[in-house]
Amino acid sequence: MPKKFNHNISSDISMTYTFSKMKLTVVAALGVTIGIAIYIFLNSMMAGFARMSDTLIFRNIAHIRVYKDDDISRPLIASENSDKKVNALVNPKIVPESQTIVNPALLMDLLRKEKDVTMVTSQVATGIFYHKGESQIAGNTIGVNIEEADKMFDIQTTMVAGKMLDLKSTPNGILLGVGVADKLSVKVGDNISISSPVNVTKVMKVVGLFRTANSQIDKVKSFMNISAAQQILLQNPSYVTDLDVNIVDYKNAVNYSNRFSALTGYKAEAWQTANETFVAASKMRSIILTSISFTVLIVAGFGIYNILSMTISQKMNDIAILKAMGFKGNDVTRIFVQQALMIGAIGVTVGLLLALLMVNVLSHTYVGGDIGYFPIRFEPFVFFQGAMVGLIVTFFAGLIPARKAANVDPVSILRK
Amino acid sequence: MSNEIILEAKKIGKYFYEPEKFRVLDDISFEVKRGEFVSLVGKSGCGKSTLLYVLSTMDTDYEGDLRIHNQSVTGMKQNQLAGIRNEKIGFVFQFHYLLPEFSCLKNVMIPALKLGNFSKEEIEHRALERLKMLGLADQALKPASKLSGGQQQRVAIARALINDPLIIMGDEPTGNLDSKNTDIVFDIFKQLSHEMHQTIIAVTHDNDFAKRSDRIIEMQDGKILGEVKN
Repeated sequence: MPKKFNHNISSDISMTYTFSKMKLTVVAALGVTIGIAIYIFLNSMMAGFARMSDTLIFRNIAHIRVYKDDDISRPLIASENSDKKVNALVNPKIVPESQTIVNPALLMDLLRKEKDVTMVTSQVATGIFYHKGESQIAGNTIGVNIEEADKMFDIQTTMVAGKMLDLKSTPNGILLGVGVADKLSVKVGDNISISSPVNVTKVMKVVGLFRTANSQIDKVKSFMNISAAQQILLQNPSYVTDLDVNIVDYKNAVNYSNRFSALTGYKAEAWQTANETFVAASKMRSIILTSISFTVLIVAGFGIYNILSMTISQKMNDIAILKAMGFKGNDVTRIFVQQALMIGAIGVTVGLLLALLMVNVLSHTYVGGDIGYFPIRFEPFVFFQGAMVGLIVTFFAGLIPARKAANVDPVSILRK
Repeated sequence: MSNEIILEAKKIGKYFYEPEKFRVLDDISFEVKRGEFVSLVGKSGCGKSTLLYVLSTMDTDYEGDLRIHNQSVTGMKQNQLAGIRNEKIGFVFQFHYLLPEFSCLKNVMIPALKLGNFSKEEIEHRALERLKMLGLADQALKPASKLSGGQQQRVAIARALINDPLIIMGDEPTGNLDSKNTDIVFDIFKQLSHEMHQTIIAVTHDNDFAKRSDRIIEMQDGKILGEVKN
């Protein structure tokens, strides 16, 4: 016979249990609140930190770098004639070949047509010596089209003196890392001379100084116009050593690098491959923070589990009489799961507010360097995820004791 | 009392396994008609309470066949049995088992809210009627924990009556009550069986109580020793 009315009495009982023992509810909810707040806080920190360190790393490298890898000669050359078994054995060494990428303009067009590619630039990278008077420093320079390179590496934000765009109007201009400038004791407007691996010496004019997050880089690196770099290497204007490619989703760079290798015939290296230590370090960081945040959440879950188990053992008489009066096992489960979820919902709500407060406070904390304020901000997805995980944990923390309650044999309680 | 058979037990047998295997109910067969007021009596350990819990459908670990309202309930699923108890059986125990956080009125209403045959307003009205019948109208909104023992037992009876069950089962329903309250409860039971034609099966130690009921079933060592019709 179908029911005429559904009065939802299980929910009614659940509400009464939750709010008649306010102290227990508050204590359990507080556990969830702290768990959720710390979970969200740690995950927001992690997200902010990862975003910042990725930003920093992409100031020096592109998502994918296409370049000509050194060819190594084959150590064993088998005889082609099977009758005369004479094999050539050679010491493996780099085959002397130019590092240039042949027909870079065509390859750049090809790459630009690929899906998800946001930007392609070419550059000439080489090692050089900086000279000023008696002092001489080994370093490396990158010949670039400064406007394109700025788009890709955000050079402008690292500039501390001079104007980046002056490089464009100064054919023999150079942007120096602050470390190089310090050692040579030069300032914007001074001239320095550089010498290339093919022994070409050229006088350059310092048009700007930059400071990256890494002082080691600042002590060696410089930017010049691509034409100047080609000149000091005695190469023609089609000489290019690297193609830098940025894609939409940089986390996926490894997949694209294989495709680009096949497409161009040159080595395409994803930033993760080039920076394995960095990737491993950020992986470790996220494992540490994730395990801490989960532990806190699980502890909160145990809080709910304990309090609900206690409530249930106090309510054995109620459970027995409810089952005698016709409540099904599922009705009993529902009473206590709903109680857990209500505690969870209260805890999660307050936890979200607390997390918001903590994130806000930390985002106004100055940490110095070129980072400035702690790189944390309101991450809607992290908050959403925190709320969901919190509710799931409370659901299961409630379900386990509630299932036990549902299986209580009323006869054993009522026959006393 | 009509001739309609409400409850029928056929060769009910049951074992206890602790501390050792022991046949606590031994082929018990009897019938109860609509409107009968039956007392189950016997010495401690004779199996009368065990029998009552088998008849209540809460204990399903037995042999034989149990029919309630011409329907075999043996072998039914727990959820079906819960539905039958909700609709057809009211319980009164030695202890009241009221939910302490709820008012008396709400306690009485719970089985009806679960059944869902009436609107909330109607259920409230019906619950008040039953409390009135048991002389507790003025206590309706008090929390169940604030009442005296006798009052609490009467609220428990009101709760057992809310769905107009076919059968009311009592396990020592007057066991905790003084003689005055015992009389009240007894009179209510008598009235229910004779005027409302509800069947009452009560386990009792109280010989006076048993003597005043319609029919006494006396048990010994898991068997029916004899029956007395008053």
